Parts: sequence; structure tokens; C-alpha cells
Amino acid sequence: MQFMLLFSRQGKLRLQKWYVPLSDKEKKKITRELVQTVLARKPKMCSFLEWRDLKVVYKRYASLYFCCAIENQDNELITLEIIHRYVELLDKYFGSVCELDIIFNFEKAYFILDEFLLGGEAQDTSKKNVLKAIEQADLLQEPRHEYFNVPVY
Amino acid sequence: MPAPIRLRELIRTIRTARTQAEEREMIQKECAAIRSSFREEDNTYRCRNVAKLLYMHMLGYPAHFGQLECLKLIASQKFTDKRIGYLGAMLLLDERQDVHLLMTNCIKNDLNHSTQYVQGLALCTLGCMGSSEMCRDLAGEVEKLLKTSNSYLRKKAALCAVHVIRKVPELMEMFLPATKNLLSEKNHGVLHTSVVLLTEMCERSPDMLLHFRKLVPQLVRILKNLIMSGYSPEHDVSGISDPFLQVRILRLLRILGRSDDDSSEAMNDILAQVATNTETSKNVGNAILYETVLTIMDIKSESGLRVLAINILGRFLLNNDKNIRYVALTSLLKTVQTDHNAVQRHRSTIVDCLKDLDVSIKRRAMELSFALVNGNNIRGMMKELLYFLDSCDPEFKADCASGVFLAAEKYAPSKRWHIDTIMRVLTTAGSYVRDDSVPNLIQLITNSVEMHAYTVQRLYKALLDDISQQPLVQVSSWCIGEYGDLLVSGQCEEEEPIQVTEDEVLDVLEGLLVSNLSAPVTRGYSLTAIMKLSTRFSSVNRIKKVVSIYGSSIDVELQQRAVEYNALFKKYDHMRPALLERMPIMEKTASNGPTEIVQTNGETEPSVPDTKHLPLVTQPANQANDLLDLLGGNDVVPVIQTTLPTKPASAGGELLDLLGDLSLSGGPAPAPSVPVSKPPFLLDGLSSQPLFNDISAAIPPMTAYSKNGLKIEFTFERANPNPNIAVITIHATNTTEADMTEFVFQAAVPKTFQLQLLSPSSNIVPALNQGSVTQVIRVLNPQKQQLRMRVKLTYTHKGSPVQDLAEVNNFPPQSWQ
Repeated sequence: MQFMLLFSRQGKLRLQKWYVPLSDKEKKKITRELVQTVLARKPKMCSFLEWRDLKVVYKRYASLYFCCAIENQDNELITLEIIHRYVELLDKYFGSVCELDIIFNFEKAYFILDEFLLGGEAQDTSKKNVLKAIEQADLLQEPRHEYFNVPVY
Repeated sequence: MPAPIRLRELIRTIRTARTQAEEREMIQKECAAIRSSFREEDNTYRCRNVAKLLYMHMLGYPAHFGQLECLKLIASQKFTDKRIGYLGAMLLLDERQDVHLLMTNCIKNDLNHSTQYVQGLALCTLGCMGSSEMCRDLAGEVEKLLKTSNSYLRKKAALCAVHVIRKVPELMEMFLPATKNLLSEKNHGVLHTSVVLLTEMCERSPDMLLHFRKLVPQLVRILKNLIMSGYSPEHDVSGISDPFLQVRILRLLRILGRSDDDSSEAMNDILAQVATNTETSKNVGNAILYETVLTIMDIKSESGLRVLAINILGRFLLNNDKNIRYVALTSLLKTVQTDHNAVQRHRSTIVDCLKDLDVSIKRRAMELSFALVNGNNIRGMMKELLYFLDSCDPEFKADCASGVFLAAEKYAPSKRWHIDTIMRVLTTAGSYVRDDSVPNLIQLITNSVEMHAYTVQRLYKALLDDISQQPLVQVSSWCIGEYGDLLVSGQCEEEEPIQVTEDEVLDVLEGLLVSNLSAPVTRGYSLTAIMKLSTRFSSVNRIKKVVSIYGSSIDVELQQRAVEYNALFKKYDHMRPALLERMPIMEKTASNGPTEIVQTNGETEPSVPDTKHLPLVTQPANQANDLLDLLGGNDVVPVIQTTLPTKPASAGGELLDLLGDLSLSGGPAPAPSVPVSKPPFLLDGLSSQPLFNDISAAIPPMTAYSKNGLKIEFTFERANPNPNIAVITIHATNTTEADMTEFVFQAAVPKTFQLQLLSPSSNIVPALNQGSVTQVIRVLNPQKQQLRMRVKLTYTHKGSPVQDLAEVNNFPPQSWQ
């Protein structure tokens, strides 16, 4: 996988994970163009499109688009499963995840993604293991010593 | 200083902004606060501030001033700090900035941290954005972790190693020992990432590939266990056990089995098993089948397995899920060359996909359809494809039109069908056809001799309907110019002939000249067509008038044409019938061959392979006749050596076939694919390009003949645009004390060449080098054979006639190479 983007139906970016080195300017350009292209697709169209020299796989879950750019030799159908697995992880973690969860807890969405994928490939194919790891890592986070119940940041 | 506001607070606040400007103001305010907080080196809230910065960065605002802060967070001992710090590094830093190298030491320490989650953060960051320098420095640590028994770290190390190898391929060797027992792991995470690592190594290095081939049996076993084992809740997805791992294994098997018979055989059974047993009701099963099909088609599988694979794809085509249909079409496109017959069986389903709503599916179906067209199905397929052309989006039309032309050219069942098909394309997608279609079509029409009347009639009718599609208009005008006489005489056999008068035809053509819809090129076509009709119609005066009007056209191209045509009427009227003769059949070029003008005997005309159409041309000079005399019929060897009817013998066969004994050793018959084709304009030879553009560096002159005081020198130029034409200027000088009068220079060349002799400057070679006679010879040498020439000289010197024959062989290589 080269990158993954999450964006709303209005085109607002909610998460961006890049697995290839690109300048900020290039990232912005790609994001803008790809978001436009995907938002222009009609509902009856298939989840795959060719964009520049990449294959793009996208799926909409409620108000969020999950969009991945994969290489030519990657399997589009299994990428759909990868996306679905990520959504399941978010869902389990947040309890019936919605877009607002991802907006207000974007850093957690990243942590979960980074526990599931590394360098664009799946690290663990077991949902249970990924969630356990996140849980354990969360426990390691130091609470603010003055206010135990106040969120860390 | 009050505590900086919390992250969620900030997010909430920013979301209340109603305008972009309001949001920008809030962001700027907060950034200022963050900046001062950074300046104070506040450790407690650094984490919070960077988190906020990352949020603002996602909204699109600059956050580079937080880069160093990320590094400080990474260096902190607190896990919370590290987590945000590494996230910030991955989002804000990139390998182009030197700043990122400062991370290296921290990552190194963290890779050896006592807490595995910290190690995990370091591995993740390195594997996501590590630069080549970082990878070089840290590869050793990664390799160490690859050998650990901690599966949590091992799986991450494997993927990190993949990244290191991608960045620094030379380091691949060092990971080899650690891969030894990767596949014996039970942990699926490690298995999955190990297979990814092995795949990467095998793809990059043929040596590694050879080395890892021995793993095939082990991989087959693992795959088998996955399929045969019972329900495993941890890895189950819709009833299938660890589909992600299955797909990766299949992909690795593909790479290992490619071009290796033994490995391919070893995996044969398992592939068949997966192909037949996988549940296909959900996407996940189809994902596995898809990967299986790709593997089967790529390795050296037996034919039964291949047929199985194609049938799976055929079933995919009928699936309701458009994603599945899409991948099926993509895969079929890849296999249609190698397994053509198997794919043909699914042709009707593929053709149905042309009507799909999805653009990507339509495109693939179109490409596949064209690949499947053959002599048997051409009529049916063309019907579908033409229907598609009618209704498809503009983005497809150009490709579809080209595809139709190509297919029609290859498999047309009859000439009439071919022309009808072309007409249909021109009328429905006329503005989208490519530029080279016009000359190709003209050539096709010219060569379909019996269809001329039918074609011109149909094209004329099409013009009456619509003059906006330029390629159609161009082809139509050309046709009317050529075959207008057939049009008005109502000779059509194929369909009901229409009644049309010369004036009506001229009205249409003149209409094109003045219409706003006509492109300049089209106007050129139509003016030339009108001119040609001057020898086919009787209303010459009208044509003369039109032509003279355009003599003052603003368009330079039109003006030039008109002026030249005018000159044709006035000064060269005797040449007009010859020049405007019907086009002969053209040699078929390889598609998109260069269009050249072959000039023969002073006429501007393409070479005529079919002597049936040879016009009887009166030579401007009597040179050709003299050459015939020269040969006396004795030395002439029959011209045609090949059996190809369209061999491009020079115009008038025998006229230029001279000197049988000057045949080239190993004298080859001219190759049938000599690229000679007709340019769209008859009189292009009179176009603005000068004849003697020099494209090559100067070619050295040579002395061709020197005897009895007469010296003939040749100087050379290569003509532009046709590099196969050598232009030779002869300079004849006379060192004797008496003039050489009635000087005639004649030349002949071997069969594979063609020669054109222009008029000499005079026929007196003055004595004592007081002047010279010059004459231009143009030689066409399409096969770039070595130039040889026989010359005959006749003149009168001191009252007595002199005649001499000579061979000229010492041409410089640059004149013919």
C-alpha cells in the first residue's frame, strides 16, 4: 500500500497515512485530486479505479470514505478486506464507531492503524491480538499526576 | 501562564467556526500560544501542544515549527510522550529534511528498550518512514529483533526489514540467516509478515528466489492446514481461515513457481483444491480465488488447471458484485493472448459488460472485446461495438473508433461491409477519430476499385446531412474530387443511384470552403477536390472562377493552392489532365508508414504497381524514349520477379527497367513492404516545401566521367522530406577548344531505383571551361542499395557526332545510405 486516506463526504480529511516519501506539497495535491475523483463517483460504480499509475480501492462507511492506493501487483479484493478489518478494529475499540469518534480521537485512530499495518502491510491478522496490544499500550500511558481522571492531552 | 487548552477542547472550538476566516483566526491564535509554550521548554505540556499541532496540520495548516518538539518527545522517558512524538515524526518529518536524522539515535535506543511497546513504536516508525541513512544505521538492530522469540516484535521486525530492503537493497543479504525458521512459527502474525518478507526478497533477487524455492513444500503445507483445519475463531473471516495469510502465500507461490516446472507441479494439487473448495458467497472467498487464478495463470500449470482458472473468471463475470466483474475483466485481459480459445467461450458475457454503468468495467470490456474479434465473429462483434461507439462516453470514442478500424481492416468479410463500417464510424464518432485515419481510409477506398461509385455516393449523402465532423468531410471531399464523375453519372450498382448534377456537387464543395465549421485542412481538401473535378466535369468555367477567387485568400495554404491551380489553368493547361488523373492503387503501407512522393519521369505521381492504371504520359523531354532505344530491347530483363501483384515496379514498367546486366549481385527482388503511399494531395509536389532542403552534411562531389575533354561532375544533396531521394546535379564542362553542341545526357539505374531527369540548363557545353551545362537528376532509392548508374552521352564536336556509354560506380556512400 502506498497511502491511505480517510475523508468525509464534504471532502474534509480525517486521517492520512503515507507509506511513500513525498513532499507536503505533493501530498496535498494528491489528496485534493483523489478526494475530488472519488467523491465524483456514483454509488453504482465499482470500488476500484485507476488513478495516475496506481490502483485505488475505496469504500464508504456511513459518512466516511476509506481510500487506499495500492501497487499493481496487489490484490484489490483483499484490500477491501483490509479496509473492513480496520473499520472493525475501530468499531470494537470505540464501541460502534462514528465519524465524530475519529475526529475527536484522531490520534487513537492512528495508533490503531499503526498497530494493524506497518509499512503498508498487515502485521497481524488476528483482530484479538491487535486490540489487546492497543489496550496494553493505553495502560502504559501516564496519567497527569495532578488530575487522575483528566485526559492526558 | 495558564495550562494550554486541551486537545479535545481545541477541536471542539475550531469546529464551531462558521467561516474559513474564523477558523484561520482561531488556529493562528492557538499556534502563537503553542509557539511560546515551546519556547519556554515546557516538558509537561509539550505532548498536548504537539497533539494539537498535529490536528491543525491535518486541517491543512503549517506545522513545521513542531518538528524539533517531536524529537524531544521521542527522547522523553514517558510512554505518552513517545507515542505522540513518534506519531508527530511520521506526520511532520520526512526524509528530505536532515532534521529527521536526529531521530536515529533515539530509535536505536528505543529498539532496545525494555518495554516491547516502545520497541514496537520504534520499529513502526522506522518501517514507515525510515530514510536510507537511518536504515543503514539501524539494520543491525532490526536483524537482531528478527531473531527474537517474542512474536509481537518478530512480526514487526519482519515488516521493518522489508522497508529496509526497499530502501537499501544491498542489505538484503544480512537478513538471510534470520529467515531460516520464520515459517516454522505458529503465530499467524509472524507467518504473514514473514511471507511478505520472503516475497520481497524473492522479487528483488534471482539468487534469493532460487534459494527459497525449497520452501514450496512448506508453504503448500501451511496453506493446506489453513484450508483443512476447522473453525478458528481468532483468524476466521466469514467462515474462511485467515484469508490474508492465504492470499500472501498464494502470491509467494506464484513467484516461486514461475518458470519452474518442479515447483509448479508441487503446488498443482493445492491450487486445484483452493480453487474448488473456497466459498464464493462473500468477497473474502473471491479474493482468495482471484489470487489463485493469478497464480495458476502465471506458473507452469497443466492445461486442466488453466481451464479451471478461466472458468472461475467466467463465473466472476456473472457475479452480481461489480467489483468481482471488474477483476475478472482485468484478469481476462491479461490471459487473452495466451489462452485465447478459453476466453472466447465467455465472449457474450464480456460483450454484455459493454453495457455496464461503471466506466472502468466498460473500458475493460471494450479492450477485451477488441482482443476477441476474429474472422468468425466479426459481423456480430462489430454490431455490438458500433452500438457501443454510438452510446459511449466521449473518453472512449477515440479508442473505440481506432479499434473498429483495425478490426475491420484485419477481418472485413467484404469490401462493401468494410466501407459501410467505416462510414458508420465516421458519421457517429467522426470528430473523435485519429488524424491518421483519414489517409488510411483514403487508401482503403482507392484500393476498393469496384466500390468507388457506391462509396462516393454514400459519402456525398453523408455530407448533405452533416458537415461538422472534419474527418468525414475530408474523406468525402477527397472522394468527390476523385470520383465525382461516377457520382453525377449515376453508376452505382450497390444501391439506388442518386440523381445529382455537377452544379449541386460543386455547391456542396464550395459550401465547405465558406463554412465556419470547416477546419483549414478541410478547406484545402475541398479546394483540391474542386480542382480535380475540372477534368471530370464540364463546368470548367465555374471551377476556374472559384479557384481564382481563392488566389487572394488570407489563408496562406489555400492561397498557394489556388495560385498554383490558376497557373495550371493558364500556363500548363496541357498538363492538367495528366496531373489530375485518377489515383492508381496504392501500395499498402505498414500502418502509419511515412507518406512519400515518388517522382517519375517529371510527373508528380505515386509509383504505379498496377500497370493497368498507368496513364499515358507525354514526356516533357524525349529522354525516356531514348533510353528505350539505348537498350534496343536486348538487354531488358523482364521486370517482375516477385509474384506479388502490388510490387512497386517503377512507373511504366519497362521504361525505367534498364540494364539487366547491371543487376545487383544477390539481386533481391524489392521487398513487398516498400513504403510507398500516396499523400492526400495530388499536387503536394508543388507545395511550399522546397525540393532541395539539405538535411545532411555536405556530401562530397565526384567526377563521374572524364574523357576526351568532357568532364562530368556530380554534386549531391539529400532531399527533404524524403531521405530516400538523392538529388544529383551534373556539371558538364569542356576543356577542348571547340564547343560541344547538341549535348544530351542520359542516365539509367538498376531496377530497384527510380530516376527522374529534369531539363538541362542548355545543350551546349562551351569550350575551354567557359561555362557548364547543369542538369538535375533525382534518384529514389527506397532500399538504400548502393547507387550505380549507366550514362550515355551524345554531342556534336567539331562537326562530328560523338556518343559514349559509361558506368558510374564510385558514388560516395552518403549519397545512398
